[in-house]
Amino acid sequence: MTETATLTRKDFQSDQDVRWCPGCGDYAILKAVQSLLPELGIPKEKFVVVSGIGCSSRFPYYMDTFGFHTIHGRAPAIATGLKTSRPDLDVWVITGDGDSMSIGGNHLIHALRRNVGIKILMFNNRIYGLTKGQYSPTSEVGKRTSSTPVGSIDPPFNPLALTLGAGASFVARSVDIFQQHLVDTLRRAAEHRGSAFVEIYQNCNIFNDHAFAYMTDKANRESQAVYLEHGKPLVFNGGAQGIVLNGMRLEVKDLGNGLTEEDCLVWDETNPLLAQMATQLLPPEFPTPLGVLRAVEQPVFEQSVGAQIQNEIDRQGTGSLEELLSAGDTWKVG
Amino acid sequence: MTSTASVHDGTDGADVAPEQLSDVVIRFAGDSGDGMQLTGSQFTNTSAILGNDLSTLPDFPAEIRAPAGTLPGVSAFQVRIADYDIHTPGDVPDVLVAMNPAALKTNIGDLKPNGILILNSNEFKKVNFKKAKYEVDPREDGSLDGFRVFEVELTRLTREALAETELGNRDKDRCKNLFALGMIYWLFSRTMDNTIEWLGKKFAKKPDIAAANIRAMNAGWNYCDITGAFQVRYEVMPAKLEPGTYRNINGNSAAALGFVAGSRRSGLPLFLGSYPITPASSLLHELARYKHFNVTTFQAEDEIAAICASIGAAFGGSLAITTTSGPGIALKSEGMNLAVMTELPMVVVNIQRGGPSTGLPTKTEQSDLLQVLFGRNGESPMPVVAPSSPADCFDAAVEACRIALRHMVPVIFLSDGYLANGSEPWKLPTVEDLPDLRGNFASGDDLDDDGQFLPYRRDAETLARPWAVPGTPGLEHRIGGLEKQDGTGNVSYDPENHELMTHLRAEKVARVADTIGDLEVHGDPEGGELLVMGWGSTLGAITGAVNTACDNGLKVSRAHLRHLNPFPKNLGDVLSRFDKVLMPEMNTGQLALLLRGKFLKDIVTYSKVQGKPFTRNEILAKIEEMMEVGND
Repeated sequence: MTETATLTRKDFQSDQDVRWCPGCGDYAILKAVQSLLPELGIPKEKFVVVSGIGCSSRFPYYMDTFGFHTIHGRAPAIATGLKTSRPDLDVWVITGDGDSMSIGGNHLIHALRRNVGIKILMFNNRIYGLTKGQYSPTSEVGKRTSSTPVGSIDPPFNPLALTLGAGASFVARSVDIFQQHLVDTLRRAAEHRGSAFVEIYQNCNIFNDHAFAYMTDKANRESQAVYLEHGKPLVFNGGAQGIVLNGMRLEVKDLGNGLTEEDCLVWDETNPLLAQMATQLLPPEFPTPLGVLRAVEQPVFEQSVGAQIQNEIDRQGTGSLEELLSAGDTWKVG
Repeated sequence: MTSTASVHDGTDGADVAPEQLSDVVIRFAGDSGDGMQLTGSQFTNTSAILGNDLSTLPDFPAEIRAPAGTLPGVSAFQVRIADYDIHTPGDVPDVLVAMNPAALKTNIGDLKPNGILILNSNEFKKVNFKKAKYEVDPREDGSLDGFRVFEVELTRLTREALAETELGNRDKDRCKNLFALGMIYWLFSRTMDNTIEWLGKKFAKKPDIAAANIRAMNAGWNYCDITGAFQVRYEVMPAKLEPGTYRNINGNSAAALGFVAGSRRSGLPLFLGSYPITPASSLLHELARYKHFNVTTFQAEDEIAAICASIGAAFGGSLAITTTSGPGIALKSEGMNLAVMTELPMVVVNIQRGGPSTGLPTKTEQSDLLQVLFGRNGESPMPVVAPSSPADCFDAAVEACRIALRHMVPVIFLSDGYLANGSEPWKLPTVEDLPDLRGNFASGDDLDDDGQFLPYRRDAETLARPWAVPGTPGLEHRIGGLEKQDGTGNVSYDPENHELMTHLRAEKVARVADTIGDLEVHGDPEGGELLVMGWGSTLGAITGAVNTACDNGLKVSRAHLRHLNPFPKNLGDVLSRFDKVLMPEMNTGQLALLLRGKFLKDIVTYSKVQGKPFTRNEILAKIEEMMEVGND
């Protein structure tokens, strides 16, 4: 076992040259993950990074851990088999909006439904990068791309609503360049028991530059993002505005004139209805919610699988191959 | 039905002297709700315990319950029992039990001339004739004249036998298959004890149902005993099988046990990723019951996730398998290729069925051979092991595990629906005689001189790469579907490296041939006029046909391929020693195509794609045709 106390970010950097485009948001996410893992107190050899196909899925090659760059969309299924058979490992899945929401949509929702103890980081740049710029299942309607020269016509998925609908026990969102928030969010994901899904807004400066500029530009950061923190009121824009619950609706209110923080909705990451409502906080009417939408304890798949096996061993004893082969009706000849 | 001697033993006070037979074929046919599979299985198990050699052929529709009484709803179970070593479930039934007109119509064409036909006469009425598309009552148009017909009011007699029970007519009628079974037990002088015990266990929580079924079976037996309806009674003595302990087993059960054995002999936990599909699902069902053997079964969201979960488990150090049929193989191709590229050990089980597309889900075929060999993008070699009988599925499963673990390669286990559902006596193996598959993982000692771990450094003998499982300090490395640099396993687009790796992957599979032994020729190993060659489930019919041809004075040899990739090293040599090679295949000539291409040897294909196995007589006739018997 490696000495966990002495691990640093450098221990998680592989000898491979990072080959993302200069200026890609993936660099910031790589840095965040490499900063976080040494802090978790887990031996390095226990980490496995599993990815699918796409720009983001090159991630494992740059991590000096066990890594598996698999096939398009299938990373959650491969990680499910790995984590189920090896609960001792710390398994991270790196995927993108095309990989997880299109070709791998089925595997994503089923991994979350089962609550397999894997951490799924979905880099959402709202475009296909590696195949050179086609619209993705999270691209906005009307997107003009190489495959949609007069604009896309199919509405996008809302990844947070989708994963909450799949029964995910942990759903969060952060942004590539909000480094401290990203590390903190990933730490929450790492510490969660069961599946953790983190949507990371990631800028593709080649095919979809400024996709999140409405919120990430310095001028807009305060007014266009609201941080969800368990037990705290939803206040943003430097305290000037807040979100209040009015009946079944969330509304943005200017604070002051008798309206204070105490009138704002206090965030509860265990409340499933609030989580769904937060997914509908869409620009430009609402600030974009960042942070943990949902974090609840649910039975963890690989632990339940292991418990069933242990129960059967306790009940029947460890199976004897001789007895198994000669089970049922047998007869002797000679 | 082969009669040997007639003896009188006066069992049970019956006035009929049991006539000894050495070989009999019985077919139970009825509606899919009539319990024909259960009836046939019970007769089979009892016969197995009595020591007969046997072979079974279940034949059921894809529909769970097609409309009652119709032709598509007919379900049948054929069993052949013998007092000698047999290879097939028999070409033509000696006895046919037809529970309704539809069952009669779909099966009467196979019944042997003068064969015994037992009809449930209560079901022979106008409404059922219409459903079975009979214009007139088949009992009255002379079409049954060539058979010994026994009409029995099975429905009425069963209801009467259960008159004193609390059951409604619907439940009473569900016992009529046991009445029929009781009759057949009487006819073949078999004990009912085994079935009585089984019913007691099966319906432990519904003792009234168990009692009713037992009562119905007793009534069937007594009906024969009292009325003397048959005027004949038969007996089949135990077969002279090789000494040992036996049990009756079907192919999928044998394969499941083989994989558990592979797990035990390797010391690795077994992981099955699977998605339900006919006729492979019973493997999932069976392995799901072996949790106390540290078996994990994972029912995935689809075929793709099933193989991918298995690949993940293989990466983590499990003995990983995935089970499916042809349509599932199509979906798993990409996953299989990932296992080929990452050189992870696993077994992909294909229980073939009729294709293409959804095809004939419950019927057998051998038409996926080229799919499993070539149905993937790129140069993607995988070893293929094909079992040849239900019991052989055990050995073939262990062999597939051995190849996967020793050679670090995904392996195809290529069975079919006939083997999966058919059964025969299995001589239990001795656990210590199974191959020792332990010792698989790389350790921190496997670093090269400068302290680096090379995930694609190869074993000098097998070319296998090390299996470095996550959690092993110092062996951190990355694998994936992109082409790998020789040695380091880093991503490489170098043209020469790709060519080298393509040939290394092929050579690694080719070297499996070093460990599989030569192809054995039964008959004349020096060669001759005709070699009948097959693979997979055709073994029984080919063996029966060749043995009969030899008994008839023909000089015919046979050989059967178990390894379809790589081939045994002497295959080309064997083929060259015979003037003609006949290849019966349940496809349109897939292996023949391969052999012609590889060995430039002409092969005569005998194709059958009817969803049914070859009969011995079909192959015998083809042999005689090729040997020009009667054409001199």
